[in-house]
Amino acid sequence: MKKVSQYQPRDERAHPPYVSPRYVSTARRAPLLPAVAIPQSLSELTGPVFGDEVVRHGDDDLTTNAGTGSPALGERIIVSGQVLEARGRPVSNTLVEVWQCNAAGRYPHVHDTHDAPLDPNFLGAGRMLTDAEGWYQFTTIKPGAYPWRNDHNAWRPAHIHFSLFGPAFLTRLVTQMYFPGDPLLDLDAIYMSVPDAAARQRLVAKFEREASRPHFALGYRFDIVLRGREETPMEGS
Amino acid sequence: MPSWQTPAQTLGPFFHQGLARTRQAFQLPWLCGDAVDVIGNVLFNERTLGQRIRVEGVVYDGLEEPMVDALVEVWQADAHGRYNSPLDTGESAVDATFTGFGRAPTDEKGAFSFLSIKPGNVPWLGGLVQAPHINVIVGARGMARQAFTRIYFDADAGLASDPVLSRVPAARRHTLIARAGGEHDGALTYRFDLHLQGENETVFFDF
Repeated sequence: MKKVSQYQPRDERAHPPYVSPRYVSTARRAPLLPAVAIPQSLSELTGPVFGDEVVRHGDDDLTTNAGTGSPALGERIIVSGQVLEARGRPVSNTLVEVWQCNAAGRYPHVHDTHDAPLDPNFLGAGRMLTDAEGWYQFTTIKPGAYPWRNDHNAWRPAHIHFSLFGPAFLTRLVTQMYFPGDPLLDLDAIYMSVPDAAARQRLVAKFEREASRPHFALGYRFDIVLRGREETPMEGS
Repeated sequence: MPSWQTPAQTLGPFFHQGLARTRQAFQLPWLCGDAVDVIGNVLFNERTLGQRIRVEGVVYDGLEEPMVDALVEVWQADAHGRYNSPLDTGESAVDATFTGFGRAPTDEKGAFSFLSIKPGNVPWLGGLVQAPHINVIVGARGMARQAFTRIYFDADAGLASDPVLSRVPAARRHTLIARAGGEHDGALTYRFDLHLQGENETVFFDF
């Protein structure tokens, strides 16, 4: 009988509570009853495996993957990082999905009505798989800030949405990457929905001169840490 | 215990762009011509083994209003109870035509649906089994992070002895059980609504 590793608990200090009063729309959408704790079974310890069939050629370059033949407008950047388990093991061949607004702060999404220009050459989305060492990399343009209705003068700091799977159903993570030095961070109800300051810092990418490509693009590094496996495997099914 | 888990953040209202990439998601028609995303809500193909099912429902907020901007994702075993994952330690053959993962954004009425197959019993610890179920993740604008739940099936003999349901207060178990609604186009239909708050608040799990 093979053994299955259990995972460390979700770190409740790292994640935002459902009810986050500054983030107004959580009031009607946050589950209010306590979650029911269950042991980790094969249902939680297995997870989907994606391959090249879900990744289009060129989908790691958001400056060109609209396919129009003209590049997206904005400050070109390269975002790269390593996907790791909490104990430091790289997460290889896992699907990373990203989406963002354009340089003016406008999503091409059908429901975005912000009065900022659309970029006809910007799709604002990409997909890639991590390599054998857990690394991902994509080229894009730096997203703009944009207003939202959380209060009378609320603005989202520049951010890129990330969706990750990891090895198991329980390692699924949806998060957002922010940029260093953004004055909007401490005013943002979503960034601030993470109560712990050190945990919030892990959402901020680092500018890295070494990750930049001379005469082409500035580089940002954003490592993502998923729940990690315990050291001692448990008896499997 | 040192831990450096990256915090979760809300999906926000514009996730369709990245996670459900279809032409309906974009206001510039030339950006995307696809009617369906490569990761969608149809989990089987014509060679997949098992009873076809259609699971449909609505996601409701605390005022019992449909949520038109939620994302429901599912992960399930094949007809023999095997997960298509290298981490499934079972020894029987896995149905290679069935990845077991799907996702569906809710529509303008807050509704979602999946076309899939009824999963088999999945092993539990100590040689016990779990009743057939679908693992679910739901997220949306206004949910600071995603929530995990399960869909079980009405009238299954295994419900009474399921080791997860037995951990749920009896009065709340009904929130995890999809109601059979007859047959349609060769598929058994099941109704499963999600309520994020209120007297029928769906049971969410932590594991």
